Formats: sequence, C-alpha cells, structure tokens
Amino acid sequence: MPYLVHAADDRQQMLDAVGVRSVDDLLVDIPASIRTRLLDMPDGLSEQETMTRVRELAGRNQVFEDRLCFRGGGVYRRFIPAAVSAVTSKPEFYTAYTPYQPEASQGTLQAIFEFQTLIAELTGMDVANASLYDGATALAEAAVMAVVQTGREKLVVAGYMHPEYVEVLRCYGEGRGFEVQLGLDRVGEDTAAVLFQQPNFLGLFEDAPAITQLAHRHGALSVASVDPISLGLIAPPGDYGADIAVGEGQQLGLPPSFGGPHVGFIACRRDLIRRLPGRLVGSAVDARGRRGFVLTLTAREQHIRRAKATSNICTNHSLCALAASVYLTYMGPEGLRHIADVSYQRAHALAERLTAIPGIELAFPDRHFLNEFPVRMFHVEQSLANLRDAGILGGLPVGQWYPELRGVVVFCCTEVNDPEAIATVVEVLSRTAVETPTAEVGG
Amino acid sequence: MTEPLSFELSRGSLPAPRLPEAGVRTNAQLPPELRRGRPPALPRLSEPEILRHYSRMASLNYSISEQFYPLGSCTMKYNPVANEEAARLEGFAALHPYQDEDTIQGALELMWRLEQALCEIVGVNRITLQPAAGAHGEWTALRMIQAYHRSRGEERTEVIVPDSAHGTNPASAALSGFNVVEVRSGADGRVDVADLEAKLSTRVAALMLTNPNTLGLFEGQILEVAEMVHATGAKLYYDGANLNALMGICRPGDMGFDAVHLNLHKTFTTPHGGGGPGAGPVGVKADLVPFLPRPTVERENGRFRLDHERPRSIGRVRSFYGNFGMLVRAYTYILAMGGDGLTQASRDAVLAANYVRESLDGLLEMPHRGPCMHEFVASARNLGANGVRALDVAKGLLERGFYAPTVYFPLIVPEAVMIEPTETESKATLDAFIGAVGEIVELAATNPEELHAEPRSLPVGRLDEVSAARNPVLRWSPPSQPW
Repeated sequence: MPYLVHAADDRQQMLDAVGVRSVDDLLVDIPASIRTRLLDMPDGLSEQETMTRVRELAGRNQVFEDRLCFRGGGVYRRFIPAAVSAVTSKPEFYTAYTPYQPEASQGTLQAIFEFQTLIAELTGMDVANASLYDGATALAEAAVMAVVQTGREKLVVAGYMHPEYVEVLRCYGEGRGFEVQLGLDRVGEDTAAVLFQQPNFLGLFEDAPAITQLAHRHGALSVASVDPISLGLIAPPGDYGADIAVGEGQQLGLPPSFGGPHVGFIACRRDLIRRLPGRLVGSAVDARGRRGFVLTLTAREQHIRRAKATSNICTNHSLCALAASVYLTYMGPEGLRHIADVSYQRAHALAERLTAIPGIELAFPDRHFLNEFPVRMFHVEQSLANLRDAGILGGLPVGQWYPELRGVVVFCCTEVNDPEAIATVVEVLSRTAVETPTAEVGG
Repeated sequence: MTEPLSFELSRGSLPAPRLPEAGVRTNAQLPPELRRGRPPALPRLSEPEILRHYSRMASLNYSISEQFYPLGSCTMKYNPVANEEAARLEGFAALHPYQDEDTIQGALELMWRLEQALCEIVGVNRITLQPAAGAHGEWTALRMIQAYHRSRGEERTEVIVPDSAHGTNPASAALSGFNVVEVRSGADGRVDVADLEAKLSTRVAALMLTNPNTLGLFEGQILEVAEMVHATGAKLYYDGANLNALMGICRPGDMGFDAVHLNLHKTFTTPHGGGGPGAGPVGVKADLVPFLPRPTVERENGRFRLDHERPRSIGRVRSFYGNFGMLVRAYTYILAMGGDGLTQASRDAVLAANYVRESLDGLLEMPHRGPCMHEFVASARNLGANGVRALDVAKGLLERGFYAPTVYFPLIVPEAVMIEPTETESKATLDAFIGAVGEIVELAATNPEELHAEPRSLPVGRLDEVSAARNPVLRWSPPSQPW
C-alpha cells in the first residue's frame, strides 16, 4: 500500500508495547452500532495506474495555448518565469507547516515578511498581511474591517465589480450582518465603506480619487480592489488615499488552475493594523541579537481571541504568496512596468483593429481601459465558436451577469498574446462578420 | 546563519530582465493622471541571486520532507510526490475557470468523483468543494445552517462550542453573526452532557464538535448528544480536524452529524505549503443540501455540468470553484489508497498514537485515561518543579531535529503537549522521538538552565516576541526612512 510505512512486525511490536492484540481493542469507545462496515470504494491502485487515470481526466479538458487565450475576468495567462516553480517546488517550502515555531521556520517567515513588504510597496500602503485565500474573500475581509472600524453596517459597491466578488461579499454580509448596496448614489452617512475595482471587471478605469473623496466626505472608508500587475504602471491606492487595498495575486506567477489556488492580498493604513485579519509577520531579535521573524500581533487572531478575533482565518496562502514574491523579485519595478505596458499596448492595438470590423464597437467608447476591454458585437456565439475552431479562447461574454451588457464581450491581452495571435483573432472575426448574415444579428 | 532580505541584497543599478516588446502599433496613450509617479521599490536581483536567496531561506525551514512533525490536531503526514505531478498536468494547471463546459469535462468529472468518494468516507449526501481552508469550511457550514433555520422562519442566535475547541470554531461562529456559548468538558475530557443540556435551547442553531475530540478521545456518548441536539431543532456540526482517526472505522454522518468539514491538507495529504493553500470541503445531510454554495457539479447522461440555478443557495464563499489544484492532489491520493488503504491508514495512525502515548507515559503526565485515537494530550506539568514548561519541551525537540508538538492547546489541559504521529512515520522515527523526549525530561531534572537556552543550533534562538508585538516592524524599509 502506497505511503504506509509499517511492516507487519512493526505493527506487532507496537501492539505488544501497548498491550493489546489488535487495533480494534483501541477502538472500544466507538459504539458498535456505528462501526463502519467496509467503505464502498474501490481498492487502491499502483502509482502507474493512478497516474494513468488522472492523466486521462486531464486529457478530457481542452487546453488553449497561452498566446491564444484572450479571456480574463479575474484569471489571466501571464508568462511565469521558471524561477517561480523552481522555488515553490522546494519541499522545504511546500511541505512545511504554518510557522508556529519560529526557530524552525525562518525560511517561511522571512518569505512572508518579504511578501508583506512587496505588497505594501506595490499598493503604496503602510502595511500588508501574510495573504488571504483569494481576491473575493480579501474584499469581504476588508468589508468586515470597515464595518468594525466605522460601526456602520452598509457597504456600497461602485462600478462594475467582479460579480463573484459581489456574491461573496453578500454571503459574508448575510452572516455577519451587513448590507451590500450597488451604486455610488447610495453612499450616505450610514455607509461603512465604498468598494470598487480598479480597473473594474470590464477592464475600465474608475475615477478612484473621486470615489475615495466621496467616501471620505461621508466618513466611510475607501476600499480598492486592484490588479497587482497594473500597479507597475498606474497610480496605486496609497496615492489616491484609499484606506484598504485588496486584490487577487494570481497574475504574479500562478497558473490559472481552473480558478485556484490563487492568493488574496490585503494592505491598509497604519492606524488600521490591529483590525487586519489573518497572519502578520514581524521582525524580532534573539538573545544573541540575531534578527529573525515571528508571527506577531496575534492578539487579533482566533487562537487567542476566539469569538472576538478580527477574522476566523487560521492560515493564509503562503505558498502562493511565495510564488508572487519570487515573481515580483524577478521582474523588479522596471520589469513590472514593462509587462503592464506591453499588455496595455497590445490590448489597445487589438481594440483598434477589432472596432474597425463592421458590427464591433467599444461598449464604453469614452472610458479608458488597461488591458481588458468590453466590445459590443454582433454574432457573439458564432464569433466565439469560430475563434474556438481556430484554437482561440475568445473574450468573456458578460451578459450572463449584467443584463444590460448582453452582446458585450470583454477581451483581454497580456504579454503572452503575441502580435501574430492578435492578428489571428482579427482575421477570424473579420471573416465572421463577412460570412454571417446580418439577419441573424441578435447578440 | 541567517539570510539578508531580498531588499537588502537588491542592487538598483541592475537592468530589468529581458522581456518581449509590444510589437504592435497603437495610438493609445495612458492619461497622465492615471500613471504611477514613483515606481514601487521592488528589489532588483538577477536570476542566479534569486535562486540562491530562496534556496538559503528554504534551508532555514523544518519541513515534513525532512523532519517528523508530531503536531497534534494538524495531521502532518507525508505529502505524496505523485500528487504534485498530477496537479501540474497542463490539462489541469492551464485550465481557465470560464471555459465552455464541453472543454472542462475532465475537471468537472474529477470534482464529481472526489465528492462521491468523500461522501462515502464521511457519510453525507452532498459536498461542496468550494471552501479554501478548514476555517472557511466551518464558516460555510454555519452559513448553511443559518440559512436552513431562516428558511423555517427561525432566527437562531447561538452556537455552542466546547471549551476544548479550536479557536476557529468560535471565530467562525462570530463571523456568521452568532453568539458563542461554551460547553464544559468533564474530567475525562469529554463533553459534559449535563452542562450541554443546560445550554441547549431553541435559540441554539448548532453544536460544533470534533470527534475524536481535541484530547484525542472518542466521544462515546455521541449518539445521545446528537439526539439531544436534534430534539431542540439544532444541527450538529463536525469539525474534520480529527478525521484521520476514522476512515473506514466510523463515519461522522452515522454519528448524527448534519454538516462536516474536511481538511484536505490534513487527512488527504495535500501539502501545507508553510500555511496554505489548503482546502476545506463541507459535506451535508439532505435537509441542508438546498443551501450548498453554488455552483454544484452535476452529472447528467454521462456528462458533467455546473449548476448555478440553486435558488436557496447561500451563494458563493469564494471565487470560482475552490482550490482546484488541491482537489486534484486529494483525488490522486484517494485513487492510490483506495478504501482498503485509507482504512489501514487510520488504523495505523491510531496504533502509532497509542504506541507513543504508552512509551511517554511516566516521562510526561497523561491526564486522561487511554486508549486514545490518532492523537493524545500529555502534560509537562510534572517538569514544573525545575521551572521547565511545555515550551521548553517544544524547543528541546527542535534542538534534537524534531518539529515541536502543539503546546498549550487545548486550553483545558495545563502545560499541554499534544502529539499526533500520523501513519507515515516509521517505528524507528517514533522511537527516536521517544528517546528525544526522554533526554529532555532528564535534562529538565539535571540542568534546566541548559534546556531554557535551547534551541542553540538552529538559525536563530528564541526570539523576543513580546518586544516584536509591542513595537511591530511588519515590513522592510530603507535605513534612510525607518518604518
């Protein structure tokens, strides 16, 4: 049997030492009426057979080449330097436990300390935590912080926020007892925070400084959910005075992996530190004056405060945060700016060429965008099907979440979508426009 | 032996890595008001320096790949390397969550099959794979229980947790808006049934329990407890932290639990990653099924689909479908082990715990009668005469090449030392560990000062955590601008 280490005589020696004849003699506290008969499951397989089965399942998925993937919506294809998995596949990192014993966990603790610094720098905030599960739960945790900080129980979501983030926010709110409202016109004296995404779910820039000022005028916090790659190029939340910055770090060296595991981040102003959820690592010294790192300010956390903790979160997404740290260290400030800029240019080149095709136009022509953009197009289904026949994962139709956006598709470009791939998309959609009779237009 | 921070190794003059140019023409220009002024002060290091930096840091860690972690309630078992290979398969890792359903059939089938297997192991009707971690699963289950009561027009405001419970239990209850009521443990470490009876009422939404409990003891009166809880209309919630004792032996569903969370990173060998990512699926009995997070995975005519149309669902607890990469690992493990292997794993885990318990009895105090299940709680109170505490035992073990047991938890045992050996440590390793505890106990009697100074040979000694919390330094800053 794989992964089990005892031979029959080991088991016998242990049974003898304990003074019982069989393991069943150790299970005497379990009422006989609920002792399991055999599990109704197949017996185990050899590693070879196991991997054949697993590969077969993997093979039943269609994988689109990175360069031909133009769909984002919260999960993106980015180039991942080989250094990232070289580090994250080190067993000293991936098989370590949560660093409760600092003397034996300095590698993990230092990695988290570096991550906290990287995220604080990137967002322009004072401090970041050790990471959270994902962008959606990071937003919900920020909402809880705002509710506690202001003593108010209404949250306003401004602009097109990722629909799944809003859904998660509502789910937290229905338990914790806060209400989620949509639209800036709802901001009032009972608003705990205004939450927005920059750029938003459609890729468009929000007027983050104006939203932040509006929030502050009403005594509410400003919470920005940001794209970490974009921060190489565009103004970070710290610059426009946001109180809390959150986001999804998948783009920093993590594969799409069907939506997870990824990594959420949260950063805030210094005066909100003690409201932060989850792990925080700080520096400390030992008796010989050597610097080390420890989990700190744990009086916020569940294992100390129990029901009064800032959050129920117990761990973080350490290994994913490690990937993000390696990625950011590899890129450096100039590399990150370059990646964001290439993505910007390619998305704009694609947008200009797509909107030259009859029947395709920008859904929000007056708005600036970064590297994702919404177009209103004829023949959405036919267009996406034709792209798929060419091996291309086309843009994301967003009408499924927003009825007013039926017929709108959000295309995404990053540095992996090379000019040839962009040309192929334009060619397929030009052909679709010519070949598909306008009588079938509907969108 | 410590390693400088990447920020301290950084050299500002180093050029950026070579990256592709845009290679397209566009008229667009980012408006200046959107542009970032000062670039973020990320470090600049070459690839060789990066690899060496992180390799040195890796060498400062203990990990399950090299050390035994007798870490009670954490189930630190071996992480099979085949799992890692499986999760990295391109057909999984490169999959976008918003692909068309006919292009993700393999992923959906894996999720569906994993759900079936876990349902059988714990004895429930359906499972959501969406929660990202154990605490997240606890909260998800409580949200479902809350929605269930609300659907019956009842706003139940209390959740009962034992005084021995993990801190996430009360914290998850609070995050769901419940008031937390504690129930006492009796002298034998088991729930005090009389106290429970006194605290149960129609205000109570759920009782959260783990079984075996935090002391590693099976709550033999569980059927009686379940009946009491159900009689008031409340639900019984199972914290899956200790499931490793039970696979193929008995099932939480059969004990009367209505909702069960599982830690795939404990029982099902997905690696801990230095503190995540994990995965915390939640299983429920039939009357909670309508409230499961959406989407669920359904099989119809041999095809798999995501069902978003679940009107009574609590909604989503995170984005997309959960920590899918961890689901791949857990499914790979279950395939390899099978029903026979999982059963043997739990039996071996129970045997190992009893063997270590028996061997340490006398060296440390054993406040509760045996046998134990997969773990046990000892007390270092007997070393107190020389000023030696559980913490010293922990640090002494680090010095001797073992990770430390969980100490000072559960809170109901003074100087608690909680030990869970798991089924993947050889008898030779267990014997070496027992020997190390013996050495520490001897040192406690002969030279406690030396023990207080341990660990001596790790990268750092005991760190001043009090000062670190009083004047927190939570990030690096340049010497010219101290934080």
